[in-house]
Amino acid sequence: MIHANLSLTDAVTRIDGPLLFAHRRVDVGLNEAVEVIGADGLPRLGRIAALDDDFMTIEILESTTGLGLGDTRIRFLGEPISFALGPGILGRVFDGVGRVLDGGPPIPAHTRMTVDGAILNPIRRKKPEDFIETGISTIDVLNSLVRGQKLPIFSGGGLPHNRLAIEIALHARLRNSEGESAETVPFAIVFAGIGVPFETAEFFRRTLEESGALGRTALFLNLASDSSTQRLLAPRFALTAAEYLAFVEGRHVLVIITDFTNYCEALREVSASHGEIPGRKGYPGYMYSDLATLYERAGSLLGKPGTLTQLPILTMPSDDINHPIPDLTGYITEGQITLNRTLDREGIYPPVGVLPSLSRLMKDGIGRGFTHPDHPALANQLYAAYAHAIQVRLLANVVGSDGLMPEDRVLLTFGQQFEHRFIHQERARTLDESMAVGWELLRLLPLSELSRLDDAQMAAHIQVGAESV
Amino acid sequence: MSEATLCWISGPVLRAISRDAFHIHEAVQVGAQGLLGEVVRLRTDESRGGQELTVQVFEDTTGLRPGDLLHGEGVALAVRLGPGLLGHIFDGLLRPLAGGEERNYLFPGQRTTANPLFFFQPLVEKGRLLRGGEPFATAQPVPLPGEPMAPATVGQSCLVPPTLGGEVIEMAPAGEYTETAVVCTLRDATGQEQAIAMSHTWPVRVPRPVARRLVSESPLLTGQRILDCLFPVARGGKATVPGGFGTGKTVLLETIAKWCNADVIIYLGCGERGNEMAGVLDEFPRLEDPRTGRPLMERMVVIANTSNMPVAAREASIYTGVTVAEYFRDQGLHVAVMADSTSRWAEALREVSGRLGELPGEGGYPAYLSTRLADFYERAARVETLAGASGSVTLIGAVSPPSSDFSEPVTTHTKRYVRNFWALDRKRAHARFYPAIDPLTSYSEDAVLLASWWHAQGNPNWAAQRRRFLTVLEEQARLERMAMILGKDAMPPQQQLTLLVAGLLNDAFLRQSAFSSKDRSASPYKQNRMMGLLDRFMDLAAKAVEGEMTVEQIRVLPLLRHLQRMGEEIGEGEEEAFAQLEEGMEKAFRS
Repeated sequence: MIHANLSLTDAVTRIDGPLLFAHRRVDVGLNEAVEVIGADGLPRLGRIAALDDDFMTIEILESTTGLGLGDTRIRFLGEPISFALGPGILGRVFDGVGRVLDGGPPIPAHTRMTVDGAILNPIRRKKPEDFIETGISTIDVLNSLVRGQKLPIFSGGGLPHNRLAIEIALHARLRNSEGESAETVPFAIVFAGIGVPFETAEFFRRTLEESGALGRTALFLNLASDSSTQRLLAPRFALTAAEYLAFVEGRHVLVIITDFTNYCEALREVSASHGEIPGRKGYPGYMYSDLATLYERAGSLLGKPGTLTQLPILTMPSDDINHPIPDLTGYITEGQITLNRTLDREGIYPPVGVLPSLSRLMKDGIGRGFTHPDHPALANQLYAAYAHAIQVRLLANVVGSDGLMPEDRVLLTFGQQFEHRFIHQERARTLDESMAVGWELLRLLPLSELSRLDDAQMAAHIQVGAESV
Repeated sequence: MSEATLCWISGPVLRAISRDAFHIHEAVQVGAQGLLGEVVRLRTDESRGGQELTVQVFEDTTGLRPGDLLHGEGVALAVRLGPGLLGHIFDGLLRPLAGGEERNYLFPGQRTTANPLFFFQPLVEKGRLLRGGEPFATAQPVPLPGEPMAPATVGQSCLVPPTLGGEVIEMAPAGEYTETAVVCTLRDATGQEQAIAMSHTWPVRVPRPVARRLVSESPLLTGQRILDCLFPVARGGKATVPGGFGTGKTVLLETIAKWCNADVIIYLGCGERGNEMAGVLDEFPRLEDPRTGRPLMERMVVIANTSNMPVAAREASIYTGVTVAEYFRDQGLHVAVMADSTSRWAEALREVSGRLGELPGEGGYPAYLSTRLADFYERAARVETLAGASGSVTLIGAVSPPSSDFSEPVTTHTKRYVRNFWALDRKRAHARFYPAIDPLTSYSEDAVLLASWWHAQGNPNWAAQRRRFLTVLEEQARLERMAMILGKDAMPPQQQLTLLVAGLLNDAFLRQSAFSSKDRSASPYKQNRMMGLLDRFMDLAAKAVEGEMTVEQIRVLPLLRHLQRMGEEIGEGEEEAFAQLEEGMEKAFRS
């Protein structure tokens, strides 16, 4: 590389927030990585954000504390920000910009990949359709996860999203026709904590360690105390590692990123410091495209064994699903699992708010040839009945259950039972166990509610043991 | 070739200095990789002796540096239109995405060089006078070695470019040629010779000319009951589908793409998901076009600019899509464009506008957003082509309003230019009630044009039945509000019956399963039959309640379940089953 290790002194003319302006005395290209070294000798990662004939603008991705105009040196790396990767990354802990954090030896690099990732050609994508059993009824039956999907958890402060994510990560498995685990390809977990408190990071590390999965996990930690500009890089480094594991090493990779809200806050902060025109609630207008470049890195490629499944977690500010962060995320991801505070307060675990949850890729991974031929109808019918039950509950809140028609009172009971017996679970259930609970609940309902089931399904699952039709 | 030198770069926008002539919207190639871009602004720069041009680049600009060269192509940003489009997938600038493992990832400046052969069959002979836009030959793809020749599902004509015309002085014999090979030579009015190939280029921002625009009188049948019967769109019409995330916009557009009665479908994935595109590419070749028995993919052109692809190309992709649609329309075909989603296009407009330093308008969008939307939607039309044939372009655009707020700029401006509004409702989607179109906020201005068409299909009561259905649904909303205060049991039987009937209309008619092979698409005949049965049910039930029967007795009739499920249970052409159901209904109320 021509400019590698080229450095420049006495060029800086202005430092403004994370931006540094310097004379352009060398020939460098847009987006190339630089190291900015202050009088303290510490290198700070940055990139070239804009260029003209005389000047260049460098975005510093770490703290600018201690930088001065006269004594700052810029070293040009001659390529976009890259991550050196090799087989040893599993079991290791990194910071948000891919530096080893666990005190262990450095990782021998086999390949360098740019952290922005390359654009997957849509025509080369493999259609995701491998059903993953998570052990959670509300996900397996109602919002099935498939390999290569990006399915975020929309949560709120204080809700058990971390526990849910880790349970999914540890339990997730493919099942064969006998319902047994059918793994031929090794799996790996990439965990990225963006701006998380130490306790959350420690919770994940400890749980993974206790379950023995730490050896198959690469952890990327950008703690709440780290630089906020670095937060923008943490998911990129983590996803680059995940792409390496999936498409170079050929593993099934599950990426858990928490918390995307912190990422978006950092994006807003950096955008403001660039003087960009703010969009909704001060977030930059390009937040959709920016988030898309991260979420779209989930998927799988034709002819490659590995897959990359994303399970990002975000906490909805004031539990508002219409806030720009969950809103834009929902437009990009293939569904969402929404956690509900009321259910949580009632002691229901996992407190999955069923109605606003959705899995868009579910239809491709369930039904005949995948799970059970009647799975789609069951999911549909449970949704229709529970939505009706919620509607009746609203009515009952106003007029009291005495003002209800008898058939409405049945629905009220159904809704309550659904929450306590289907959503709530003490332990992981297999898909068959989950479906059995679902059918059992539907048997509570009058015939007129079951319009989503055909006669054969009625005979097989609803009218079992019943004498009358 | 004009040349300029880069002097400023920021994201997808750059500036360059040149002494040569450049023009607005001229296509340019930037740097050693030849990245495609477009001139968006020009001004003289006295101090540097020349002019400064501002360019938006449609590819990732990483690595570009001041001093790099930029070359003008001398023509506006254009796409090549020819027989190689159908059945294939392209990026936002109509560059093919096909390829093997080496194309797993898309890199800036990448080009494909494939130039396949087509069977060429001339339609006219030497000496014939040809007008612009007139077909002079037919073309068909040459199958891969070992594969049988596919029968043409869509008759593809080769057109004289709309701007040319004259006497045929040479015509190649029938045979196999590439689409860029010269197959015909014309002598035009000035005596000059014009070489014509099976394909020609056309600038994407310029509507292709037509002889005249016509009024639409037949519907674009979608096979979806709630659309065809309650909120129909005419051929050559325009419709918009606004809906928050998860309300089923994409599934609805895909369903229409599958079953609508257009000859050619342009599916435009603008800033949407990569896996969805993979799903379309996986599913459509396996589905059969009920009208021709051929794979549905053969009548489609997919233009994919997924959300992680460069933003500026997203802005151009929507024009690319509609230009391709016009090209097929000019061959006398009926074309439907599904644009998913126009909000992403508007966001791209906003992002580029911000980088250009333009004054932001409402919501940060540039003030010209509404003009651009109007330009786009006005390209939908039923027309008489230059060659005298009749063709149409129907535009269906999804809108993704932030926070499901329909008062945001893209939705409100779109509403001004479209005649049909299919609002998606989150509550219906939550109950997995699809298509989740809200019958109370949606509307169709095309419906009045289409009543006579339905009359001709054997249903003189279509307009009256449609009105009745809409009235019942309206009434349902009112009564449900009332029930919140009074309780349902306090309502008179007539009102309880209205609630029952409205529930039935929703469940039996408006809900349609996209995944049931019997229900995914309904013919006009089946729609008429179902509409008629429900209409009759309303009459019978109303009379029964006036007489001896209670609403409770009607609710438990086994008949109800048969009506609820008739869409899924009764297939196309099963008239016997409908007759049986009808008879059963009459009997149930007689006893």
